Amino acid sequence: MLQPEQASGYAAQFAAALLTPDGATPVAVTAPGAKAAGRRFDVYRNNVTVSLIESLIAIYPAVQRITGPDFFRAMARAHVRETPPTSPLLFDYGRDFPCFIGRYEHAEAMPFLPDVARIERAWLDAYHAADAVPLDGAALAAVPPERLPGLRFAAHPAARIVRSDFAAATIFSANRSDAPVPRIDGSVPEDALITRPAFDVAVRHLPPGGAVFATLLITQHPLGAAAEAAFEAAPDFDLATNIAGLIEAGAFTDIGFEDS
Amino acid sequence: MRNDAPPAPCPTLPLRFPPPLGGVAGTCFKPSHLTAILAGAPQRGFFEVHAENYMGAGGPPHHQLEAIRRDHPLSIHGVCMSIGGPQPLDREHLARFRKLVARYQPSLVSEHLAWSTHDTTFFNDLLPLPYTAATLARVCDHIDEVQSAIRRPILLENPSTYVAFHESTMSETDFIRAIVRRTGCGLLLDVNNVFVSAINHGFSPQDYLADFPLAAVGEIHLAGHAVQADDEGEPLLIDSHDGPVAYDVWALFANVIARNGPVPTLIEWDSNIPDWPVLQAEAAAAQTILDDHAPDCSQEVRDAAA
Amino acid sequence: MSAKKTVTTLALAGAVTTALASLAMAGPLTKEQVDAAMAAKKEKCFGVSLKGQNDCAAGPGTTCQGTSTVDYQGNAWKFVAGGTCTSIDVPGGKKGSLKPI
Repeated sequence: MLQPEQASGYAAQFAAALLTPDGATPVAVTAPGAKAAGRRFDVYRNNVTVSLIESLIAIYPAVQRITGPDFFRAMARAHVRETPPTSPLLFDYGRDFPCFIGRYEHAEAMPFLPDVARIERAWLDAYHAADAVPLDGAALAAVPPERLPGLRFAAHPAARIVRSDFAAATIFSANRSDAPVPRIDGSVPEDALITRPAFDVAVRHLPPGGAVFATLLITQHPLGAAAEAAFEAAPDFDLATNIAGLIEAGAFTDIGFEDS
Repeated sequence: MRNDAPPAPCPTLPLRFPPPLGGVAGTCFKPSHLTAILAGAPQRGFFEVHAENYMGAGGPPHHQLEAIRRDHPLSIHGVCMSIGGPQPLDREHLARFRKLVARYQPSLVSEHLAWSTHDTTFFNDLLPLPYTAATLARVCDHIDEVQSAIRRPILLENPSTYVAFHESTMSETDFIRAIVRRTGCGLLLDVNNVFVSAINHGFSPQDYLADFPLAAVGEIHLAGHAVQADDEGEPLLIDSHDGPVAYDVWALFANVIARNGPVPTLIEWDSNIPDWPVLQAEAAAAQTILDDHAPDCSQEVRDAAA
Repeated sequence: MSAKKTVTTLALAGAVTTALASLAMAGPLTKEQVDAAMAAKKEKCFGVSLKGQNDCAAGPGTTCQGTSTVDYQGNAWKFVAGGTCTSIDVPGGKKGSLKPI
């Protein structure tokens, strides 16, 4: 019965020690001439930690620019140790990072930061989403008026919505390039629509009521109910602008009916 | 050199049998180089990508890889199969790997003698394993599983390592030879890994290569490394892929090619990635060595040119 | 009890017609239309805040190499306000002044 345990021992020992910088070197490892293996094992610790921190930098470049690289590395290191990836697809990593930022005490002075991270995470999801031809608005013209309340939209695989109590979309776009960042009033609430109709990901601000409307349509609620909810959320909701805007952004691929 | 390129695959009917590469030098494909690659003259080299970076549903990565595959032979290099780990392979991941190989019909498919996942944690590093009868049996089972899934043999890459294991009972070369014998897989000989491990463990890279089953080698990797120090202050080489290939590694490579003949050879440069012409020049250097040892069937070409 | 607004079929049909008309013209996002909407206090209606940038933000890739970057893993670091957070104002925020621990 010792055999399986012995055979699996090396991986279990590594796994327990790789993300604990102060832990002991696994007893299974050695170095030539029975030399100490501590710094050698630390190469693996370093490879794991640095490569995962760099994965988070690649997913969250605007967050890094906002915090500066030293702060980001410290925050990312803490997250990597707490929540290492569970999939070999690294573009899927970091889904818990926005929430982690939200409870990271040193980031309290930047309450907009989790939402900026949510937009960046949505950006990368849109980037890797399945390709699909966006809905041609002309398809709507053929719908008889009496069927419009029950009309449903099929969401484009890349379409995402991020709602924020802060100016997350403006902060995101100002920090996603190397251009100088102007003074930003971070306290203006902004909702963002992320789409990728072809190969370019686009991030848009949604007008009042737009996020409620778009979220309901994307989750297959009928047009009539979505419009009612949007008017309730924002009395100045502009239905025509929002329908045109969502179609132009490439948020949908197809239309169908409630009863079909 | 256009004649060396494979015919462009029809998008709906991909090449069932991609062309063998022969003694051609290639480079890792970096998206930042795509514009320069497509703008340049058609060239002879092949491109290698990490399988896992093309396992998303769609978007620019697949668009870019299709553009590369249209005009060049492709090598798909798996990084995360965790073949050397004690636990069963991730079936979902294996299915994704199979789908990718079927879609792009690469000329070469490879994976690592290493592990990267334990329980549910993915460590994003190529971690080492002890060489024992038990690990050998498991590695062979895993390779069998991969090969039956993709319905073709893989090339298995020798690792670079920083530690050894008390429990190892076999040398790395004996371990690898046994794998080849039992699974029928080919080998991806990473010459830089041989050099890095040789310095780190104090053995002769020449002796290692003399004992390596060169006849099974279907691809060679070359890369740069960095020099750090171990607990005793002695050199500890890091397989960092962040610079040009070291002189010693070129020398070992030339020696392998002289003994064994040309095989497809890849320049890996994955950190501090240079501009495309720099990477191309590194591949051209490898090509020169490969051409020096090409079997002498080039007489017709010379006659035709005269 | 909130007065739930019923959106009539007629209103939906009108909005769809207007939407299609604006899509049929060069799309709803001409600068003039955005400016007009902004002027009408319909702030930032579907304004594109960022497009493209695929090359410089394509996300992480897997590694098959070690790193020569040494990450000092101890906890003795201190925070440095090195980023752009100082130009983002939020009420009650500390304008991004980051405290060393």
